[in-house]
Amino acid sequence: MTKEIILAGFGGQGVLFAGKILAYCGLIDDKEVSWLPSYGPEMRGGTANCSVCISDDTVGSPLVTEPNIFVAMNQPSYIKFIEKVQSGGKAFIDSTLVSKKSERNDIECHYIPATQIAEDNGLQGMANIVLLGSAIKETGLCAIDTIRKAFESVVPPKKANLIDANMRAIELGMAY
Amino acid sequence: MAIVFERPKSLLDVSTSYCPGCTHGVAHRLVCEIIDEMGIEGDTIGICPVGCSVTAYDYFGCDMIEAPHGRAPAVATGVKRANPNKFVFTYQGDGDLAAIGTAETVHSATRGENITVIFINNTNYGMTGGQMAPTTLPNQVTQTTPYGRDTKIAGFPVRVCEMLATLDGTALVQRTALDSIAHINDCKKAIRKAFKYQQEKKGFSIVEILSTCPTNWGMTPLESLERIKNEIIPYYPLGVYKDIDAED
Amino acid sequence: MKGNEALAEAAVRVGCKCYFGYPITPQTEIAAYMAKRMPTIDGGVFVQAESEIAAINMVLGASASGVRAMTSSSSPGISLKSEGVSYMAGSDLPGVIVNVQRGGPGLGGIQPSQSDYWQATKSLGHGDFQILVFAPASVQEIIDLTVKAFDTSDKYRVPAMIFMDGLLGQMMEPVTFPELKHNQFDKSWACNGHGNKRKHNIINSLYLQADQLESIVLERYKRYETIKQELHMAESYLTEDADIVVVAYGATARIVKSAVVKARSNGIRVGMFRPITLWPFPIQEINKAVESCKSVLCVEMSTGQMVDDVRLSINCSKLVHFFGRTGGVVPTPMEVFNKIVELGGVN
Repeated sequence: MTKEIILAGFGGQGVLFAGKILAYCGLIDDKEVSWLPSYGPEMRGGTANCSVCISDDTVGSPLVTEPNIFVAMNQPSYIKFIEKVQSGGKAFIDSTLVSKKSERNDIECHYIPATQIAEDNGLQGMANIVLLGSAIKETGLCAIDTIRKAFESVVPPKKANLIDANMRAIELGMAY
Repeated sequence: MAIVFERPKSLLDVSTSYCPGCTHGVAHRLVCEIIDEMGIEGDTIGICPVGCSVTAYDYFGCDMIEAPHGRAPAVATGVKRANPNKFVFTYQGDGDLAAIGTAETVHSATRGENITVIFINNTNYGMTGGQMAPTTLPNQVTQTTPYGRDTKIAGFPVRVCEMLATLDGTALVQRTALDSIAHINDCKKAIRKAFKYQQEKKGFSIVEILSTCPTNWGMTPLESLERIKNEIIPYYPLGVYKDIDAED
Repeated sequence: MKGNEALAEAAVRVGCKCYFGYPITPQTEIAAYMAKRMPTIDGGVFVQAESEIAAINMVLGASASGVRAMTSSSSPGISLKSEGVSYMAGSDLPGVIVNVQRGGPGLGGIQPSQSDYWQATKSLGHGDFQILVFAPASVQEIIDLTVKAFDTSDKYRVPAMIFMDGLLGQMMEPVTFPELKHNQFDKSWACNGHGNKRKHNIINSLYLQADQLESIVLERYKRYETIKQELHMAESYLTEDADIVVVAYGATARIVKSAVVKARSNGIRVGMFRPITLWPFPIQEINKAVESCKSVLCVEMSTGQMVDDVRLSINCSKLVHFFGRTGGVVPTPMEVFNKIVELGGVN
């Protein structure tokens, strides 16, 4: 079973970083993984998204067009991808920034006011990680230990003090 | 019997493709005399251009690389960066250096590449039969300016030394000529200084050499030398345009 | 590791001392990585050139002096480099050129594409010559083929290209760097100063006597024949019992593989053939792969370029269909699957 994940939002919200964390979680759990960012004008402030594949077998196409896990951090991204989520798939939507609700009943939608939660807890800019926490809990993607190890691998030593904050954001997402 | 004059060792004993009366031979000889005097033939790599001196790789005794048209300074950059302790020179004509290779010339100069450029300016494209070059004088008749170079149509000549002297990466920028013994001696001194600066890792050096093209100018060799003196030097004044040591 | 960065690191580890480049999306990470990495190695050189033309000629110069050198670019920049590549081929110089392809023609776009296949395999510059073309399909394979490209380029004294696209360059996958033994190749031809110990070397592509030039070119083509015998790489996936064989290379092969898996699970007997060397094209391997199939489908991110080589390689012994997206549009596994169904696979 391949987890085909799309994370999408504005540039600067950390969707590429969140995707990288997921890919590292897979890597730490000895899965086959790929991480593919959108590139181009998106890099310069527009919308950004990335495809992450986590699989027991070799990853085929690294470009995800129909995700079974979708993380949406703004309205344009939500509109762009929500109809493409595979039947039976799960969507995690930052409801602070996305006002729409999906009418699809063949997918599981989780609306989390992630930006609000992050701000209320002094974790500005970590809405991406709050959503990640929720997604990991609801999909059983990996264990909490794995997530910590992923942060330790991805966060540069200079910013190691941020690992605990990130883990708090994960926990908040899981608790919501 | 004492030998008082001979071919420089680094100038190979082969017949060249140059026309009678052309001063390429003199320029080659001067470069080789310096290579011999400094004893650096075994440590020197020369880069040939496209133009009359395209086959100069057969004439110089050091290792030689033939570059695409205009690209000699880029090729020299590659050789020199990979071999910073070797001597690298390019030998280029005016079309090669100042038209199709302008970008390579300007940027290797401004990067301060530690190479020596020998620049033969004979105010036309010799190899292809005498067309207008970037250095062709106003009103000069060539195959592609049959009515004389009209600056309203064909623009103005490029004064390479004046232009390159403005760049901080250059160590020596000097214009010389081969029309008289005195000028030939000056030219040799300039080439020596250029190689010496390279040895001292001072940066980019260029020696421009005003040279003749009797065949395409339609002149005798002697008339050609007169033309340098009377027409070309007044437009391209000789002298040192930049000398990093003189500034200290 | 990102494909572009993995490529750069592999080049450094296999002994590339000189990198010359110019910024262009989507390959700029290679230049950025080299700018950081080269100053940390002994004799490492990084120069941001004034143009693509200058960059390839710096490679020519460094390579002519016997040093491993590389440049990288994307489609429009590769067109500019073609002059230098032709001179390198004509001077029997090794060297590695990376093309992280984007959509064309002209300035085109910056999204992934495979529309430079003809340029790479048939005509990267004027004159009679070939270059080696390697087409990786994963980040690990980018590393392996970078090593291979440097070694074979030195061995045969032929320029080599690592032929990718924006998707592979930007993609991140886990990799391991192999233990590299630095293979030494004869470089007695190099222009690095004769030290008064040998005759002067000349690196040159000019031969004014027609018969002399002809014999030089024919000698090179003899070498190309040797290369064709020795260097042909491909992957066959589920082709043994396949009714339909889908042919694709690079990132497209990844997409095709997903479609093949889906089709198999729908009971369609389909396989995939993936050329890894595009020049030389793996002729024996493709003939074996399509031996028992009924039809062949070639899928590319172009309007159909490799499909010519597929038809020629199998002497049109099977019907060869084509499906492609171009301009930077990446085909989806679903599109390829639908095409497979349309070709009459039992559904």
